[in-house]
Amino acid sequence: MAELPGQIRRMSGGISQLLEQIYGFSRRCLFRVISMGPIPSHLAFIMDGNRRYAKKHGLEDGSGHKAGFSALMSMLQYCYELGIKYVTIYAFSIDNFRRQPEEVQSLMDLMLEKIKSLLEKESIVHQYGIRVYFIGNLALLNDQVRAAAEKVMKITAKNSRVVLLICIAYNSTNEIVQAVKKSCINTSDNMEAYGNDKHEDRDSDIEGTDMENQEKRIQLVDIEENMQMSVAPNPDILIRSSGETRLSNFLLWQTGNTQLFSPASLWPEIGLRHLLWAVLNFQRNQSYLEKRKKQL
Amino acid sequence: MLSLLCFLLSLLFLLLLPCLRPCFSAKGSLKDKKKIDKGTYVVGEEEPPKGLRRELMPRHVAVIMDGNRRWAKQAGLLTSQGYEAGAKRLIEFAELCFKLGINTVSAFAFSTENWGRHKIEVKCLMYLFQRYLKSKIQFFQSKEIRVSVIGNLAKIPESLLGIITEIEDATKSYKKKHLILAIDYSGRFDILRACKSIVKKSEHGLIREKDVDETLFERELQTKCTEFPSPDLLIRTSGEQRISNFFLWQLAYTELFFSPVLWPDFDKDKLLDALASYQHRERRFGCQV
Repeated sequence: MAELPGQIRRMSGGISQLLEQIYGFSRRCLFRVISMGPIPSHLAFIMDGNRRYAKKHGLEDGSGHKAGFSALMSMLQYCYELGIKYVTIYAFSIDNFRRQPEEVQSLMDLMLEKIKSLLEKESIVHQYGIRVYFIGNLALLNDQVRAAAEKVMKITAKNSRVVLLICIAYNSTNEIVQAVKKSCINTSDNMEAYGNDKHEDRDSDIEGTDMENQEKRIQLVDIEENMQMSVAPNPDILIRSSGETRLSNFLLWQTGNTQLFSPASLWPEIGLRHLLWAVLNFQRNQSYLEKRKKQL
Repeated sequence: MLSLLCFLLSLLFLLLLPCLRPCFSAKGSLKDKKKIDKGTYVVGEEEPPKGLRRELMPRHVAVIMDGNRRWAKQAGLLTSQGYEAGAKRLIEFAELCFKLGINTVSAFAFSTENWGRHKIEVKCLMYLFQRYLKSKIQFFQSKEIRVSVIGNLAKIPESLLGIITEIEDATKSYKKKHLILAIDYSGRFDILRACKSIVKKSEHGLIREKDVDETLFERELQTKCTEFPSPDLLIRTSGEQRISNFFLWQLAYTELFFSPVLWPDFDKDKLLDALASYQHRERRFGCQV
């Protein structure tokens, strides 16, 4: 009789494991069917609604972000199973530093814990061979978080199967300004070298082409190359949870032609059905987008 | 006695006159306010409908006018007629926005990518811009609407460029209502142009590389022509949910509103719905809930 509760627990554990396996198998079958159509190569997420989730469920501060992290891990698993190569997440904006210091500190502590966990053997990074990039002004982070981020980037540098870009201490206008500054520096270095060549070659008629050269110095590709996000193609789909429809200074340069999707669910409530809906809509619009790309 | 009484009454009247004057002129003061108050928004031009609050009106509304060709196809009309209907709708849209207290309206009239469309269609669009702008110069002047055109403009026909210069010159003194037309515009090229301008200035010693920040950069974009370069609200019609290389930098914190309605059908009610949606949103700018 005393063994009965233990047996029941083992049985229910076994049943839930079985159900999980059946669910996983059905999901992979569904992904196989969807993969008959075009699959986006890059998905970006604005994980909005963690605090409102905690408030809604009467949870303590910080629990919303933890629930959000679990939702993120599930979403990453679905994306990589579906064959999406690049996933970008907006983990922490430069604007978020203006929140209450206690909340910022709690977020930093949570991020440190989760960044470290990425290097554990059972983590999703090893399961899927993920290369991780941390994109943003890392100098704004505290030493521990920055060091952990750099360690993860170094250790995963050889992975090439799929890529995870974590935008932390990031905002897009800052990224653009930094890229412009780098372009300025590169341009003045090039012009210096050009100037030296000019002195060496007095016979060529250079004056007339000076203005032309000035204009040609910086092209779109120069700015693009200096963007931190140049390690990935532009996102095909940007999903922002919690129903808000705004970009909040995320990937402004990169999302000029990205499909935007804003489900009403808060981030911890995001699920497979939202991803499927976004991908199916992408497939529906794909032929039109391909036609436009050819026009350019 | 009688003359003394008249004298005393007259004296009393003269003494009391300064106190009585405000009572007589009270009714006239509201009318006078409209004439005198040139520096601030004129109260009462159009009261917002119930449910909308004047103090929550966006200062700058941007619109991607999508769906003209589909509208024409559905109505069994020519594409050019779809564009005409779209142009007409834009004028009505802008007028209504200004009446509701919105200072700046910007419209994505022609994207750099649109040059890839059929040559005849592009020619038709350029001719439509030229004809419509020319015919509306007096209208904009009578309504005191400033018109600015932003974009690359390198491939625009000379005749259209001439009209653009004419309309910009004719309306440049107006401050309270600003209509910005983005023609041959690309968000990325706007940023590239700003970058080139900064490089040039830094080479001439006008700015230092370390001074380059977001504020300085924003002043180099083409939207520097307006007091409110960043739209508070962007409306895109026809159901597509993309920015399509319209303002990129400027949309950092803009509320986006996607309407399934085709642009020529985007009437007053639809605009009010968009504004109501905007006014109910909580804009946090990355901070506290």
